Amino acid sequence: MNIVVCMKQVPDTEAPIRIRADGGGIVEEGLNFVVNYYDEHAVEEALRIKERSGGIVTLVSAGPARAAESLRAGLAMGADAAIHVQDPVLEQADHLALARVLAAAIAQVPHDLVLCGKLATDDNAAIVGPAIAEFLGLPHVTAVTKLELGEGSATAHREIEGAVEIVGVSLPALITVERGINEARYPSLPGIMKAKRMPITVKTAADLEVDAAAAGGSRVELLGLTPPPKRQAGRLLQGEPAEVVRELVKALHEEAKVL
Amino acid sequence: MEFELGEEHRLVQATVREWAARRLLPGAAEMDRAGRYPPELIGELGSLGLLGVMVPETYGGGGMDTVSYCIAIEELARAEAGLAVVVSVNNSLACYPILAFGTDAQKRRYLPGLCRGSTLGCYCLTEPAAGSDAAALQASARDAGDHWVVNGTKSFVTNGVEADVLIVYARSAPGSTGSRGISAFIAQKGDPGLSVGKVERKLGIHTSSTCEIVLEDCRLSPDRLLGERDQGFRIAMATLDGGRIGIAAQAVGIARAAMEDAVAYAKERRQFGRPIAEFQAIQFKVADMATRIRAARLLMYRAAWMRDRGRRHTREASEAKLFASETAMWAATQAVQIFGGYGYLQDYPAERHFRDAKITEIYEGTSEVQRMVIARHLMVPS
Repeated sequence: MNIVVCMKQVPDTEAPIRIRADGGGIVEEGLNFVVNYYDEHAVEEALRIKERSGGIVTLVSAGPARAAESLRAGLAMGADAAIHVQDPVLEQADHLALARVLAAAIAQVPHDLVLCGKLATDDNAAIVGPAIAEFLGLPHVTAVTKLELGEGSATAHREIEGAVEIVGVSLPALITVERGINEARYPSLPGIMKAKRMPITVKTAADLEVDAAAAGGSRVELLGLTPPPKRQAGRLLQGEPAEVVRELVKALHEEAKVL
Repeated sequence: MEFELGEEHRLVQATVREWAARRLLPGAAEMDRAGRYPPELIGELGSLGLLGVMVPETYGGGGMDTVSYCIAIEELARAEAGLAVVVSVNNSLACYPILAFGTDAQKRRYLPGLCRGSTLGCYCLTEPAAGSDAAALQASARDAGDHWVVNGTKSFVTNGVEADVLIVYARSAPGSTGSRGISAFIAQKGDPGLSVGKVERKLGIHTSSTCEIVLEDCRLSPDRLLGERDQGFRIAMATLDGGRIGIAAQAVGIARAAMEDAVAYAKERRQFGRPIAEFQAIQFKVADMATRIRAARLLMYRAAWMRDRGRRHTREASEAKLFASETAMWAATQAVQIFGGYGYLQDYPAERHFRDAKITEIYEGTSEVQRMVIARHLMVPS
């Protein structure tokens, strides 16, 4: 089974985010970038399938030069090959344009299964996976917690409100994975050394025969970014219990308006 | 001049940091109280390649450099200093001498298990009457023709209780004194005449074991001799250079733990109507901690970098170990002070870092020995 896994490099969720002076993005300098959490689980799932039934695991990422580090991390976990779509036009790309480019890259390698994280923790969009499936003409199942592969088909479990939805899908298909699907392995030191020696194939939009207008095209315009409101300092109520309770109820009713 | 870690180094750092945050840090206080680590952690460390970082992959190791090793030990020590020294001893004091001085057969026999974690290593140099003056060791190895007979008592053996592979130094030239006439041997758990003696109770690093190893007419076949006969002291000293870099890394990790925990506490703790982090008295302590820690880490990286290039680094290893261990003790003291009364309680991490830090100024050469080594390079013609 040949599997392609999409990876995105995102800011560490614990890193403090600052908005650029021009309001058009975030300050990247000094920011720690990591592999998108859900994508680690997608890589892990691909490696487990490969270990059971063989095949090749190819990683694909579209992003600036630093995104190569995420591909390297995936190779160190045990993937076989990596494609890095790197093109200045991508800086202007919205989710749909990125999906078009990634789909073009995936189309060039054999794929029985395409795995993505269910979303990227930086923009929480959850668009790119399903959009890739549309461009490739593949069926897709999102937020999968369990994946069972059969001959030419797969069964995917999704946790929905109050139940587990079980979906049958024909292969090839695109699956986006939820965190509960597995526990991702850590890259081992020998894995890191092996990954260091492996080539990462770099491709431009032109290499993928996607024209620059489509690759960099954006139907979405970013109007601005604002930081979330600062958390107000807490207030400590002190005094006799009966008095404190009275004060608390009053504050919850009049100030917080939750009662 | 380059002051940045390479891509593979950053990947090692991210991996070990994440593993330690998930597997080590949450249970660190409890492990310290219980005085042991969950044994399955050794297997996990083995799968990650952390038990034989510099051992080539052909012998089952990580195939990486000393800089990677420093990064890994610092991250482990930041979470739990006891397990960090367990790993450091296995790497520097057990794997290294076998890799550098062993025969191919010895490497193939011992290294894969030491790297995997199915066997654990320890180092038996110190004796009750031979600490800083290691060349005063008394243990004897008598050549009985087809085997060696080793007698003696080794003390302060880290990992001694669990160890399966023991690097043992004994006097093989009868009547010899000082650094001449000592040989290194590889003993194994279960060898006749080999036993664990008194298990020590310590101030800190509770999760690592420390004990006496007793050799009573311990019979070792000739293939257990490590390196050349009577040339063991050279092995001991070469091994300690690497060991000191490992302890420097452990000390940097402890110092960082003290600082990070103190910073987090200072932001939360309110006195006089505001977080104590807003007081300059606290800020200056933290600024000094951060500066000294970075200086210690740079000395450590430089010593490791020189070792990786095959250059002499005895002085650099001593400088790194001396400065890093004194930084750890100093930073841990500041952290207790920032925590105030809570710093004195076992419920808060500052107390543990304070106890863990002290040993770094003592083992693998006291601060006084490091100063002797450094001064010798400066003032005594070789």
